[in-house]
Amino acid sequence: MYAFDFVKPASLDEAVAALGQEGAQPLSGGQTLLASMKQRLNAPDVLVSLRGIAALKGVSREGDALVIGAATTHATVAAEAASDYPGLAALAGQIGDPSVRNMGTLGGSLANNDPSACYPAGVLGSGATVVTNRREIAADDFFQGMFTTALEEGEIITSVRFPIPQKAAYAKFLQPASRFALTAAYVAKFADGVRVAITGASEEGVFRWAEAEAALASDFRPEALDGLSVPADGMIGDLHGTPAYRAHLVGVMTRRAVAAAG
Amino acid sequence: MTTVTMTVNGKSVSAPAEGRTLLAQYLREGLQLTGTHIGCDTSQCGACVVLVDGRAVKSCSVLAMDMDGAEVTTIEGMTNPDGSLGTIQQAFQDHHGLQCGFCTPGMVMAAAALLSENPKPTEAEVRHYLEGNICRCTGYHNIVKAVLAASGQDVGSLGAVAAE
Repeated sequence: MYAFDFVKPASLDEAVAALGQEGAQPLSGGQTLLASMKQRLNAPDVLVSLRGIAALKGVSREGDALVIGAATTHATVAAEAASDYPGLAALAGQIGDPSVRNMGTLGGSLANNDPSACYPAGVLGSGATVVTNRREIAADDFFQGMFTTALEEGEIITSVRFPIPQKAAYAKFLQPASRFALTAAYVAKFADGVRVAITGASEEGVFRWAEAEAALASDFRPEALDGLSVPADGMIGDLHGTPAYRAHLVGVMTRRAVAAAG
Repeated sequence: MTTVTMTVNGKSVSAPAEGRTLLAQYLREGLQLTGTHIGCDTSQCGACVVLVDGRAVKSCSVLAMDMDGAEVTTIEGMTNPDGSLGTIQQAFQDHHGLQCGFCTPGMVMAAAALLSENPKPTEAEVRHYLEGNICRCTGYHNIVKAVLAASGQDVGSLGAVAAE
């Protein structure tokens, strides 16, 4: 790999200061960033590791919400969120493979916003709040298209606050080579409505399927989605699947998620 | 260059590293522990899996400086104290869980992580846990068999081409 500087601050303040340097970028689990640096798709001059900051790690229940530190690994979320928010824990347990889950983090996944990543669906589908060192950002405002988020230069995600739904499930059609979602649906049923978030399908990245949400709000059964579909227009087309195939999978995976949520 | 210190296979070790030095390079080039293999270098294949603080990680996708102070176990640390093959390694030999052997260090380390979390896994659990480790030779069946045998379970009823 090309040469770059590495710093590992012990506090958030030090990390923010280090990120003020020209060409600095945060490093969390590194499971996407390091691979993309090897390919020169990304070439920061300074990597600021967030792994040494204890305040960014952990899973805690705060009233009706589950708060997860941004540098918490997928493996930790899969284990420690299981009793409070099993739908989200199950999603975290399906990301990548066991070794990737031991390094990859919630904050890293969200900041990257890969259009086929799992966590954006869980965060948008939960209507979670992304907390940074500067502000709080609603999930509906956070994801702004493929690999694009509301984060500003030097802004670090510190935690994510998930309202805990009555029921939730993630249904992922695995792309077995990459272990990302070929298309996946996250469905969450709250007292005041249903949220459906789709990843892996749209060229704009994760999105909410409003028609399905409306149908499921009055009848939370897979059959409530009969006759509903999303247009193939704007869906990802690649060697793994055509836009029409992915549009079809949106319906299939949403039905499966509703059935799994029970 | 910065000196990075870790505990590797129970011994405190130090070697120089740059910011860009991967844990896999640190082990192979800095410490001459070449049992850890680099296959794809993109965290897909799992040949480079080692244990960091008891958990499996892909050492090609971790920076050495980020692991300063960590406790690392590599394939070299899997033998018995007298140098003979450890339980998992011996099971791979006994059940023909390798052919060319390139993926084997990663397979053994992933198996060690699995068995420390789940001492008596089912066949399905073994297959699921090894999903991040790719083998081009064996077709996996004998690897799964070896891991089950290493867990002390009877594998006599498992054919060479068992199950799904």
